[in-house]
Amino acid sequence: MAFAAFADTSEKKSAEPVKKSRVVILMLLPGLAYLLLFFLAPLVSLILTSFMAPDPNSMDMGQFVYSFQWQNYVTVISENWSFFVRSFGFAILATVIALIVSYPIAYFIGVYARPWPAIQAFALILVIAPFFISFLLRTLAWKQLLGDDGWVVTTLKSASLLPADGHITGTAFSVVFGLTYNFIPFMVLPIYTSLERLDMRLLEAGRDLYASPSTTFWKVTLPLSMPGVVAGTLLTFIPASGDFVNASSSFLGGPGTQMVGNQIASNFLKILDYPAASVLSVVLMAVIMVIVSVYVRRAGTEELL
Amino acid sequence: MKGSIFGRALLPIYTILALLFLLIPIVYTFIFSFNDAFKTNIQWQGFTWHNWTNVCDAQGVCEAFGNSIIVGVVATLAATALGTALAIALVRYKFRGRNIVSLLIFLPMATPEVVLGAGLAAQFFSLGTPKGMLTVIIAHTLFCLSFVVVTVKARVASLDASIEEAGRDLYASPGQVFWRITFPLLIPGIAAAALLSFALSFDDFIITYFNSGSMQTFPTFIYISAVRGVPPEANVIASAVFVLAIVGVTISQVVSSVRRRRLAASR
Repeated sequence: MAFAAFADTSEKKSAEPVKKSRVVILMLLPGLAYLLLFFLAPLVSLILTSFMAPDPNSMDMGQFVYSFQWQNYVTVISENWSFFVRSFGFAILATVIALIVSYPIAYFIGVYARPWPAIQAFALILVIAPFFISFLLRTLAWKQLLGDDGWVVTTLKSASLLPADGHITGTAFSVVFGLTYNFIPFMVLPIYTSLERLDMRLLEAGRDLYASPSTTFWKVTLPLSMPGVVAGTLLTFIPASGDFVNASSSFLGGPGTQMVGNQIASNFLKILDYPAASVLSVVLMAVIMVIVSVYVRRAGTEELL
Repeated sequence: MKGSIFGRALLPIYTILALLFLLIPIVYTFIFSFNDAFKTNIQWQGFTWHNWTNVCDAQGVCEAFGNSIIVGVVATLAATALGTALAIALVRYKFRGRNIVSLLIFLPMATPEVVLGAGLAAQFFSLGTPKGMLTVIIAHTLFCLSFVVVTVKARVASLDASIEEAGRDLYASPGQVFWRITFPLLIPGIAAAALLSFALSFDDFIITYFNSGSMQTFPTFIYISAVRGVPPEANVIASAVFVLAIVGVTISQVVSSVRRRRLAASR
């Protein structure tokens, strides 16, 4: 047996999956139980809560009984559809802008700077640097920098690029700005990872066949980096559409910029309307699932999931 | 490479400007940690060391920071243990429903945090579990778990199986093979997963906000104080954590590049 093992190790490097064993159950069970208890069960209780009706025997806030009040969906969606439109609008805008801003950064680190590993390493550290400082404080820093007394607003006003009573914070612009800023590192890293593996000979082949630099980019570089682009856009779009920090009035938003996340948070934690918050969560999750599965299929990168 | 000098210089210049742009709020946070301001840290009032030497003066900030550390450590340990076992099982064993298990691990990462947070809060609410440290740790372990599996899985998949076979050929028991060979080889991947978990947990706000009740972590402290103004002491803590993390990452980068160069030289 030992000799047989020696004979074929030269061929395969990575271990083939072994057929089932009792050990595997012990290894899977705790993790799976955890996911069932604290991921699937909460989703189920979210759905159950979304159909709850107010407790007829109580006048207190936040008292509900299990029921099948499907009308919750009709009333909540009709009252909140504008928040959904705004959330997905903001999230799509932030994702597109972050992609346009991030791709050149990722290209520089992954392709252009290849001859200088020290520069690559240094630039990568700068890209992940924002992860090491609370994103709430970073967002607050922008609020103060873009605030009415900040130099950005005063400069714009003195150059008459902004009306005398104009603001930056509290507008849709500043919310999309904040979302874009917060998710740029999440966009750069996966694109960098796929560009880093790009075989330069393919670009040379394109040039040898008289393709212009832009043709080489659109026909070779971009398609080969699609897995990174898809991963980066998902890592931006999903959290951005559920975010409520940037749009909150004490951060970059104002009364007119509230997103679905703000509605979920205030219904759940302030108004104590658990069914409404649950309806909003279920619908948000469902819409995201639909958008993501259509997007992944059209981008042709199903293997990512 | 073709292209004009202007075209070739454009990309580096753009990247430098973009990276500087990413750093603006970090520099701002650092500078305002030295602001001689009381409670509200919005206008520059003058330079002081006071915030750095008396960090815990601002009410609740040190307690919140301590809570964040406890939650981060416990959730990281739990997520790393559960996730490593799942990752090894997924790569090494064939079993029915492997795709469903993979999907179940992937889904929490594709779920917006606000839904995860509200779902857990709804669950704790219907079970009557009081919100606090425990519910926050449970929530953090959940979202760290998937990231641990993904990170460790990559390491398990790239393991050279011939080393383990050599161990078996030398009559090592399955347990000895695992603890003496497989596990030590996985340690870099497990460590990376643990660091990622801690970072995710430490900076998490949305899921925590739904499940913390009156307990405060560092991010919920900032969110709640943001209404009136965040004390400069919070900037001190964030800046100190930032400096430590950056120094750690830089050292590990330098060490690994030196090692790579030595390895290349010895060949």
